[in-house]
Amino acid sequence: MKAKIHVTLKPGILDPQGKAIEHALETLGFNSASHVRVGKYMELELKEAAKDKAEAEVKAMCEKLLANTIIEEYRYELQ
Amino acid sequence: MNIGVVTFPGSNCDHDCQYVLADVLGQTVQMAWHKETSLNGLDAIILPGGFSYGDYLRTGAIARFSPVMGAVKEFASAGGLVLGICNGFQILLEAGLLPGAMLRNRSLSFICKDVYVRVENAATAFTGRCEPAQVLKIPIAHADGNYYTDDVTLSQLKATAQVVFRYCTPDGEVTPEANPNGSLDNIAGIVNVKGNVLGMMPHPERCVEDMLGNDAGRLIFMSMLDVLKKASQNIKMVSTI
Repeated sequence: MKAKIHVTLKPGILDPQGKAIEHALETLGFNSASHVRVGKYMELELKEAAKDKAEAEVKAMCEKLLANTIIEEYRYELQ
Repeated sequence: MNIGVVTFPGSNCDHDCQYVLADVLGQTVQMAWHKETSLNGLDAIILPGGFSYGDYLRTGAIARFSPVMGAVKEFASAGGLVLGICNGFQILLEAGLLPGAMLRNRSLSFICKDVYVRVENAATAFTGRCEPAQVLKIPIAHADGNYYTDDVTLSQLKATAQVVFRYCTPDGEVTPEANPNGSLDNIAGIVNVKGNVLGMMPHPERCVEDMLGNDAGRLIFMSMLDVLKKASQNIKMVSTI
């Protein structure tokens, strides 16, 4: 089973990279873009075939290592 | 005193710490590779600056799972003095030994320069040699020193005087302009509730010799040594009774 994991800064936490990209987009004339947020995308293969067990495993990985839940939130898809 | 300096893959201030403690301050230094699982016979532990594991994922995020960190946690929970400098501070945060997290600097730049910090708590094991509100000039060198924590934790830190250093002007004023990285409440260093674990972004090990133009950092190490010497004298007194 494949897990696709997105980790982003929590809403309300300043994202300096997002701000810089937003300014760059403005400079290029993309004036409709706002609230740019930069995150991380990770893919991994799981040996676990049962979806509920795989989900529990991915959640534990996110909580323990992949995200710092003080500043970040995560979401994932399993395929 | 016997001071342990931990080396993670990517640490680059470990030998500076060793030099300061052994060559400048005449202490015994034990270098501990991150694979060590026990740290016996140490009086204090330093987690040095650097780029452990290349800062992959988040600063300190992988180093916190190094085998040595189990021993560091045990040492800290037994009351041992632990000083985390820069990347060492980031590791302490990721390990949960100190509250909060580090964000990328507000400017997105790696900042390497002298800054001024005000001693907000001169009664810790790391600042006993400082005067209250004393201003120290100490260099920083980091890209992720923008300290963040939630409002509840911040008010707890303030209520229990856990904020030890704040970025300030040369005159000691804590202003937004004196904040190099966007750190919440100008925080440059915090201590845990028990007072035996300090994390600080500035590098005191880079300024301990007057010959090099600045010895403000010496105060931090000397404060620690004062506490350790006092503790060992007390132990000797008890053993002679």
